[in-house]
Amino acid sequence: MAEMAHEHVAHVHAAPTGFIRKYIFSLDHKVIGIQYWLLALAAVLVGMALSLLMRWHLVWPAAKMPWLEKIFPAGAPDGVMTPELYLALMTMHGTIMVFFVLTTAPQSGFGNYVLPIQIGAADMAFPVLNMLSFWVTFVGFLVIMAAFLVTGGPPLSGWTGYPPLSALPEAGPGQGTGQTLWIVSLAIFSAGSLLGALNFITTTLNLRAKGMSLMRMPLTCWTWFVTAILGLLAFAVLLAAGALLLMDRIAGTSFFVPGGLIVSDKQITQHSGGSPLLWQHLFWFFGHPEVYIAIVPGMGVVSQVLSTFSRKPIFGYKAMVWALIAIGVLGFGVWGHHMFISGMSPYSAIAFSVLTMAIGVPSAIKTFNWIGTMLGGKLRFTSPMLFAVGFVSLFVTGGLSGIFLGQPPVDLYFHDTYFVVGHFHMIMGVASIFGMFAGTYYWFPKMFGRMMSEPLGKIHFWLTFVGVYAIFGPMHYLGLTGHPRRYSELSGVKYLAGSENLHLFMTVAAVVTVAAQVIFFLNMLWSFFKGQKAADNPWESTTLEWTVPSPPPHDNFAGVEPVVYRGPYEYSVPGASKDYLMQTEPDPPGVRR
Amino acid sequence: MPFLMAVVIWAVAAALAVPFFTQTWWLPEAISEHARVVDAQFMRTLVGTGVVFILAQASLGWVVFRYGRKRREPATYSHGNNTMEVLWTAVTAVLFIGLALLGERAWAAVHYLERPAGAIPIELTGQQFAWNIRYAGPDGKFGALDINQINDQAGNPLGVDSKDPAGKDDLTVPTMAVPVNRPVELILRSKDVTHSFFVRELRLKQDAVPGLVIRIHFTAEKVGTYEIACVELCGLGHYKMRSFLEVLEPADYEKWLAERAKPPQ
Repeated sequence: MAEMAHEHVAHVHAAPTGFIRKYIFSLDHKVIGIQYWLLALAAVLVGMALSLLMRWHLVWPAAKMPWLEKIFPAGAPDGVMTPELYLALMTMHGTIMVFFVLTTAPQSGFGNYVLPIQIGAADMAFPVLNMLSFWVTFVGFLVIMAAFLVTGGPPLSGWTGYPPLSALPEAGPGQGTGQTLWIVSLAIFSAGSLLGALNFITTTLNLRAKGMSLMRMPLTCWTWFVTAILGLLAFAVLLAAGALLLMDRIAGTSFFVPGGLIVSDKQITQHSGGSPLLWQHLFWFFGHPEVYIAIVPGMGVVSQVLSTFSRKPIFGYKAMVWALIAIGVLGFGVWGHHMFISGMSPYSAIAFSVLTMAIGVPSAIKTFNWIGTMLGGKLRFTSPMLFAVGFVSLFVTGGLSGIFLGQPPVDLYFHDTYFVVGHFHMIMGVASIFGMFAGTYYWFPKMFGRMMSEPLGKIHFWLTFVGVYAIFGPMHYLGLTGHPRRYSELSGVKYLAGSENLHLFMTVAAVVTVAAQVIFFLNMLWSFFKGQKAADNPWESTTLEWTVPSPPPHDNFAGVEPVVYRGPYEYSVPGASKDYLMQTEPDPPGVRR
Repeated sequence: MPFLMAVVIWAVAAALAVPFFTQTWWLPEAISEHARVVDAQFMRTLVGTGVVFILAQASLGWVVFRYGRKRREPATYSHGNNTMEVLWTAVTAVLFIGLALLGERAWAAVHYLERPAGAIPIELTGQQFAWNIRYAGPDGKFGALDINQINDQAGNPLGVDSKDPAGKDDLTVPTMAVPVNRPVELILRSKDVTHSFFVRELRLKQDAVPGLVIRIHFTAEKVGTYEIACVELCGLGHYKMRSFLEVLEPADYEKWLAERAKPPQ
């Protein structure tokens, strides 16, 4: 099976010479990957800035920030943030982070750059489509950013945009043009993601080099492949839901808005018969797989990095693949756990709950296999390795808090409290981001031909690892006290008075942790120009991207199709002269496998 | 490095876990049978996940420490162990799915069982950014509503139809009172966007969705005043959309109703 012949599509686009075709409208998957990655870096700066403003406001609601008034004249009169501006920043934080960071970098960024090389292809299956998917996504980013500039400001309905709040311009400031731009941006982003997903699936199925059977693919490729399938099925639904919501707003339809509403003392007469719950079903049918879209590529990177720097084959490769497939399949049957208190049939809650708890099983399998990979290894504490180990710790923490939320009766208490905020930031937020950090430190030498600074990488890790626990850990305690999320101030409900110290602690932790990211950005900048030149295979890894120069030539393998002889993680093979065997290396004499 | 790494992983995990033992920040007092059942399920979950959490973080720190130190022998060449895979798959499956099934009872009590006989119906209608609480009055019947008669200033925020005799004795107030140990049926509605009813001490939360009428029930067993918070994002005043639930002795409850009832016409 492994030797099965694979049809190869000949890619005959020659290396472009002009600046625009080389760096801007490039067809090269590597350039497009870096473009996605840079877009995510730009987006994460915006998202982080918004989170700092929110954290600041929660502790010092009366703080005067005159510069804020310059950006948001209506949202911050005299420089003091209004509740509606807080909610607008929160909505934009969530939207930008989820779509333009967590979906963009791990899958489209690293996936684009690494997947074709790792399977031995010269490029993606559809290079033009690939370019198009990036630029569509880029336009989506411009549209969401435009929401900052329009009258009324950005929407305040959260990244979940529940109607009728998101459907009726009367429902609040930001619910006019800002909300429309939000929907349009999501629709554009969905379209871009669909194009990307098709490309990833086709590339993985059709462009593998000779000998690269599915079960010899690096786990990174498996995670990008499964994520692409999730994206294809999930974003199609979000696109449709977005179109319907847009119609409700501009064409007088009533998919999500029931009749007989009175908003801001005004009878809403143009709608009747819509269902707010329909949006929730459609949104979460996308939204829960989206969580996996964010974290699954990180699982791949972590598997690759842990195996490489433990100098050991991955523990339970097949179990890892099947657990991944199980997560992908089950991931489409659990969306209702976001809706236990929504008013949907309480009978369906039990089904959603059992499936949700079941998805904890493959997640646990992956965790045990990661620890098993390190067991008996010879660990090398490089920066990517530190972030991979950090990922496992965060994944355990964030995963286990999900066991509370997956049970309807326990969720009755924790739903819409800070417990949820702590949970999803731990796992979908920072665990995914740790996957991205691991990927950046690991592949930067391949992408730019220079090593990143190890000392700076380590300082960055320590501050960030402790920092994220300090920010998001206490949110679980707030959740225990019943502290609702999405509150712009603590003054409205009396029992929140006791939470001020915890909020102060989290804000200080957030400031320190965000400051620590300066080290990361400086490291990248410095290394790009001054870093030590990277060899072809600086980490002594085994997969195909380390067989080609750093950075690789335009068509990756200089016209020579690689041949693959073995699985991806053959480290410390008894009898071999060195402690790793490249996938493309025929068995040397004396190897006992 | 391996020692530092292990210590930091253990320290961070311990720091996160300790407040769960000391209960420094904790669930407020439970004031209903349902709340106690929820708490019991929460505690079972906490113990189960707590054991997994400590074992997983401890072994993560341990492998980093044990196999991170410099040593002569090469790394073990192993592709895994199927017995271990089956074992931990089975254990986690039993633990997680078992927890889900154990939790069913607490859920069923609120959502599958009919309201107990003699439950007092109270209608709770959310609007940006206040709760309207309506009592049916001595006739036990809610009057019909007419959207055109809604008038916040005239004290008719729900638009109780003046032509419907059942609505004559309806009482609409901004805070809620219930008699202690009497079942209450809560009828949740919304005038504009989605809101959510949450009383911590009852461990009860339910969205109020425009276009839907959602019924839940509870029995409060302890006299006192509790806060009702809105927990579904409803707009700029979401953080202050708050009301009170007063749990009163039966005599005080009757007095409370009488003080607020409309003067006889």
